Amino acid sequence: MSWYENIPTMERQELRDLKKFIDISFKDFSRTYGDGIETFFDPLLYFLVWFEKLLINAPWPLIILVIAILAWIGSRSWLVVAGTICSFLVIGYFGMWKDTMSTLAIISVSTLLCISVGIPIGILMSRSDRLQSMVTPVLDVMQTIPSFVYLIPVVMLLGIGKVPGLIAVCIYAIPPIVRLTNLGIRLVDKEVLEAAESFGASYNQKLFGVQIPLALPNIFAGVNQTIMMALAMVVIASMIGVKGLGVPVLRAVSNQYLALGLLNGLAIVALAIIFDRISQSFGKRLQKHLESAHGV
Amino acid sequence: MVSETKVAIKNLYKIFGKDPAGMINHVQNGISKKELLEKYGSVLALNDVNIDIPARGIQVIMGLSGSGKSTLIRHVNRLIEPTSGEIIVDGQNVLGMSKTELREFRRHTASMVFQRFALLPHHTIVDNVSYGLTVQKVPKQEAAERSQQWIDRVGLTGYEKHFPSQLSGGMQQRVGLARALATDAEILLMDEAFSALDPLIRTDMQDVLLGLQEELHKTILFITHDLDEALRIGENIAILRDGFVVQKGTPQEIVLNPADKYVTDFIKDINRGRVLRVSSIMDSKKLKNGPEIERNMVLEDALQILSKAGVFEATVTEGGKSIGSVELGKMTTAIARPREKAGQSDTYR
Ligand SMILES: Nc1ncnc2c1ncn2[C@@H]1O[C@H](COP(=O)(O)OP(=O)(O)O)[C@@H](O)[C@H]1O
Ligand SMILES: [Mg+2]
Repeated sequence: MSWYENIPTMERQELRDLKKFIDISFKDFSRTYGDGIETFFDPLLYFLVWFEKLLINAPWPLIILVIAILAWIGSRSWLVVAGTICSFLVIGYFGMWKDTMSTLAIISVSTLLCISVGIPIGILMSRSDRLQSMVTPVLDVMQTIPSFVYLIPVVMLLGIGKVPGLIAVCIYAIPPIVRLTNLGIRLVDKEVLEAAESFGASYNQKLFGVQIPLALPNIFAGVNQTIMMALAMVVIASMIGVKGLGVPVLRAVSNQYLALGLLNGLAIVALAIIFDRISQSFGKRLQKHLESAHGV
Repeated sequence: MVSETKVAIKNLYKIFGKDPAGMINHVQNGISKKELLEKYGSVLALNDVNIDIPARGIQVIMGLSGSGKSTLIRHVNRLIEPTSGEIIVDGQNVLGMSKTELREFRRHTASMVFQRFALLPHHTIVDNVSYGLTVQKVPKQEAAERSQQWIDRVGLTGYEKHFPSQLSGGMQQRVGLARALATDAEILLMDEAFSALDPLIRTDMQDVLLGLQEELHKTILFITHDLDEALRIGENIAILRDGFVVQKGTPQEIVLNPADKYVTDFIKDINRGRVLRVSSIMDSKKLKNGPEIERNMVLEDALQILSKAGVFEATVTEGGKSIGSVELGKMTTAIARPREKAGQSDTYR
């Protein structure tokens, strides 16, 4: 046997030992710190549970009214508002109201979480090329690694439930907001920033008065993408105990219920379209008076 | 006329690259900009610049693109840190200031107008003009009132609630000018402020600036690559080439005695009749009869007086007193474009 026919492989026994070693170390780690980490996330859990209950228990016309108002504020378009109301009525009519509210709850909370963590990271990244070159590959991994793979350590660490689901959703959905915050701030017209500096603006005056406002359209595009990716993660998250529209989809897959799968799938699509239209037209409005502002 | 110096730039060097401090020696030993770039990969942006800017005057810095003008003006408010040298403003070294002192200096002492306007696109005109005041945390009401004055002064009344993108280039730069004036800073730094504008609008803006200056008496550092503009508004001109000051002087001095080929090339296409004054070519020994011409009159106007009177000679006066004479032949020679002198053929581009 010559060396080029078979690629050199580790001894089978050694490989097994290595895998065992990694598994055991991580198990030890999660046994030691798992509870602590869980307690750390407790406030988040309470908030999520509270918010989900609120949505489920509120009278349905009130929910539709609130969503319609939000749609109007976001899009200023009667068409979008009408479409939104219709979608929710149809969703309710087909008996998917409760699951939709659960999904809405987890999407909202994970989007808020992504924004509140992602924007600061993006800002820090835009300040330092070194940090950018360190964080970018991590974001690449987060976006490309199959989500099932990182479900494993998350479940080992936190078990099955809402919080691990939330974290899984956030790992998947946070990269765009970080990337676009970083990019948006880096793209701010250098001369405008220099002007602010030349008038003696402090660090915070530059950041909050110039950089973030001018980066806002990009940041908002990031929020939009984050919402979309969170929605895409809903089915997978339901595998580890997140309630919502993903649960019936999973049941439909394992039992070959075509209609059930289709209906719930379409409900997810409807939510995605509504969120997308609202947040995109809001983002566009942010850009209105910025258009053609850079040239002569 | 001797006047106090407001800003003194002393032995200023700026080198962009990996080891700027280490490069200074090479520069002081006379290495050229090109050589420094090829051998060490460093850019020589400013090379031993010394300029005294008189208080309440307009100092123009002129040079081709890449000669270091923007780099130089950004040293005055320290948007760029020097490799070595001093910037003394009112007796204080700007380069020795702490962060807080520097911020105060930028807020109250020197303000800047930018080539591409650099307005805040998300703010209205009035908010743009009051930006410097907002940064100083002047109460909103007061800031708006003080800004309104300047908006009126630059002729933008009625546009307060517009956004920059809704204004033409010339109007945007009026906003830029008003923003710089609104902080009441004594020093105005203008980096090719009018270069991005159409010729007619540019002349307009020059008039606006000169009109304001008659009243405000700011110390203005004005950068341009356009000699006509330099001659029009500069009381003193310094000419930069590859980061080195090749000539300093009044417009008259530069037009009459260009220091080298670089300067000669700069001035060869200008309308000399509009720059040169009678005093620079008059003969103070001969007193002649004839029409009276004030010594500060430019040749173009003096020629008209002569041709109207149909004579070849005129009396030069100062305050009504006759101090010399001038003749037609000398005037036309002075106005004619000088022929290139032999042996002045070094290249600089
Ligand atoms: N940040 C920088 N890094 C490296 N080189 C620079 C930098 N800024 C300016 N330069 C170089 O310094 C020289 C002077 O530039 P600048 O001051 O912008 O010239 P000007 O304003 O007269 O056109 C040019 O050769 C330019 O390439
Ligand atoms: Mg420049």
